[in-house]
Amino acid sequence: MPLDTKSPARPVNLSRRGFLASGAALVLATALPLRPARGQQGEAPAVQTLLELRPDGTALLRSPFVEGGQGIFTAMVQIVAEELDLAPEAFTVEIAAPGAGAALTGGSASTRSSYDRMRQLGASARAMLMQAAANDWGVAVSELSTEPGAVLHDGSGRRAGYGELAAAAMDLEVPATVALRDPATFRWIGSPVPRIDVRDKSIGRAKYAIDAEVEGMLLAAVQHAPRLGLTPSGIVNRAEVEAMRGVHSVHLLDGAVAVVAERFWQARRAVEAAEVTWAEGTAEWPMPADFSSAGFRDALAGDTGEPVEVEARGDVAAALDAADTVIEAVYDAPFLVHGQMEPPSTIARFNDDGTLDLWLPNQSPAQFRAAAAEAAGIDPSQVRINSQTLGGFFGRHFLYRTANPFPQAIALARATGRPVKLIWTREEDFLRDAPRPLGVARFRGVVGPDGPVALEAVTIGEGPTQRWYGAPAGADVSAHEGISGKSYDIANTFVGQVPHANPAVVGYWRSVGHSMHDFMYEGFLDELAVSGGLDPYEMRLAMLAGNERLRTLLTRVGELSGGWRPGPFDAGDGTTRARGVAMASPFGSEVATIAEVSLDRGRVRVHDIWTAIDPGRIVNPAVIEAQVQSATALGVSQTLLEELVYENGEPTARNFDRYPFLAMYDMPEVHVAIIESGAEMGGVGEPGLPAVAPAIVNAVARLTGIRVRSLPLSRHDFG
Amino acid sequence: MQLTVNGTAREVDVEPDTPLLWVIREELGLTGTKYACGVAACGACTVLVDGQPTRSCVTPAEGLEGAEIRTIEAVEETEIGRRVVEAWVEHQVPQCGYCQSGQVLAATALLSGTPNPTDAEIETAMSNLCRCGTYNRIRAAIHGAAEA
Ligand code: FES
Ligand code: FES
Repeated sequence: MPLDTKSPARPVNLSRRGFLASGAALVLATALPLRPARGQQGEAPAVQTLLELRPDGTALLRSPFVEGGQGIFTAMVQIVAEELDLAPEAFTVEIAAPGAGAALTGGSASTRSSYDRMRQLGASARAMLMQAAANDWGVAVSELSTEPGAVLHDGSGRRAGYGELAAAAMDLEVPATVALRDPATFRWIGSPVPRIDVRDKSIGRAKYAIDAEVEGMLLAAVQHAPRLGLTPSGIVNRAEVEAMRGVHSVHLLDGAVAVVAERFWQARRAVEAAEVTWAEGTAEWPMPADFSSAGFRDALAGDTGEPVEVEARGDVAAALDAADTVIEAVYDAPFLVHGQMEPPSTIARFNDDGTLDLWLPNQSPAQFRAAAAEAAGIDPSQVRINSQTLGGFFGRHFLYRTANPFPQAIALARATGRPVKLIWTREEDFLRDAPRPLGVARFRGVVGPDGPVALEAVTIGEGPTQRWYGAPAGADVSAHEGISGKSYDIANTFVGQVPHANPAVVGYWRSVGHSMHDFMYEGFLDELAVSGGLDPYEMRLAMLAGNERLRTLLTRVGELSGGWRPGPFDAGDGTTRARGVAMASPFGSEVATIAEVSLDRGRVRVHDIWTAIDPGRIVNPAVIEAQVQSATALGVSQTLLEELVYENGEPTARNFDRYPFLAMYDMPEVHVAIIESGAEMGGVGEPGLPAVAPAIVNAVARLTGIRVRSLPLSRHDFG
Repeated sequence: MQLTVNGTAREVDVEPDTPLLWVIREELGLTGTKYACGVAACGACTVLVDGQPTRSCVTPAEGLEGAEIRTIEAVEETEIGRRVVEAWVEHQVPQCGYCQSGQVLAATALLSGTPNPTDAEIETAMSNLCRCGTYNRIRAAIHGAAEA
């Protein structure tokens, strides 16, 4: 239904008497103005959120954002609850109805993009309930007030619950303007309201796409070609496979074979038994048969092409020329899989009226809808995307043409005339994931007695935003963010990107370019500090002169860690430890991190991570703390352990057994300080990650004298 | 064959080598037990077999006749299981939640044998992976459930 685009902040009253039957009375909708998502060019679509008030006084919020553990449902409830004046416990949240248009969940943007509109939504509903009471009681609205869940008239002592008023409120106009609460009186915004989904997730009751079921569905499994660009030419033992128990049918798809069966286990066993012959096919990004990650790293490092300018200040060339000593370094970081615990899946069902329903994990329903329509050869209006709770995402469930199962599920549903649920095994997920790109950056710098005076940084490669949205080199921030966008005051700087196509299919990974570029930049900054005989913490403080927000942040993380203490020092438990510091400015938030490490039989052990985060404004400090802890875990994981290696055009790991990631015994203590500076609201889901790797690597250098310029640390021997 | 799941005898007709995970999910419709790796590397599929935490993705159904199989759906039927779930809520452990069925059952098994585990005992017993990194809360919740 069309929303008022002229004054988009004003919610629309969708109440119909018919809604009452479904238990809803007052129904308000608001369009959330999404800033263009990372990568998306131009206007991002507005998306719809519904607030339904029930006669029993409870409320249902239909969220356009998908919950995947980041606490977004809880945060949205807090915001609406605050303005509506209804306790958060009275709310339930569901993912917005399919096809109603839904948002893109990513870029740590959900809360920040919707904050003002959600307040407006709650405040409008409250105003309408008060108006309904005023009409009923024959008093002026100005004489009324509310307490959580009820309207009060002080003069007469009358009181009516929201549930009793909802039906009368549905016939009222949405007020053109409403007053918002004074933030000084917030009760729920800014407080650690418990997450609403935690209990269900502790007793196995939460449902994910992989758990969804529709009547009459068949189950499917696929075996992909070992490399993109190959396609099946036949199945040597086809008759044998078709005769296996439970098998319904066997299909040759573009780049894969599929078996459809009564049960997933039967489909999987059959498809793995298939002896497929592969031939050259066509693919947009064929994987070269001789591709290796090691070779690609060398190719990037050796690419001396002309960089596209991203940032420039002063005269770097002159400063480098004039210097007695120029510090140079090349940094790299590997391909990484997303490794979300829930394997990708899709249920596709063609309905009798020609429409298509899909149940699948996704971070951007509108994009999936358009792509699914294309795959099915029908109009997007005929496609319903039933978004499901995500069993982790970290960037895995964006639209990546070769990495999503839905086109195969659609083809199989069409071919069999039945609803089909396709699950990719973990092995197929590893093979077709769109990994975090391997990245390389070259640095040259000059340091003076007071700090760096020149810094030249060039990234070489291709970011996911260039791959998926055609962003040109330089303008694709995913290819340099974390090296660009730094706040340090250096008189002569140049940041550039040498475009270099990546033969692998690359994607967004938690904190995107920041996940590696801050490691590179902040590591090199410490190299300059060491060369100049400067303390890395004091040097950073000095480089932030005049930037009170960041000086406060850095000072805070120093305090949080008990005072800056680089070491090495004797920890009193037989270990010798050292600390490192790093900063990052990801997704509108600011972060400073200190790490403490020791060596355990040649292996790095991370004991503590202290992080101060300033997201500008805060909705739920408990959610922020949990997100920082989670992002820290992934940051430690990629620093210590993670690396997707390609040899002969194929990943050498196909499952978690050969792709180690962080387990409990490697998890450090995580200490979080949250600063609410009042700046524009930034993200909280990803910003905890980028400063972790450089803080650890800087601590390791302090402890061992070994400067690591290539992740992960498990590749290095600290003897 | 006949399997005893959550106290009820269930007749299932599957190939004998079908992993218990898929019997539970597909034949019995209990989807709280999760598939994540299928190679015993992560623990998302953990169930209790005669009280022992067991990675059901690599455990063939044959040979389990007569065993007591307990899944997450029945975790609150024991005193220790109830305490673990309460501690999980209290410490706000889950994020995406996908690994948590396995974590809760592994913790329940740990506390059944070791009522007051040390950090080292927790680390040894809790080899289940969590991509959301909820490890510190898991440890705290286990201590909380132990004291309760
Ligand atoms: S799914 Fe069984 S251990 Fe991972
Ligand atoms: S809570 Fe997401 S994998 Fe553990």
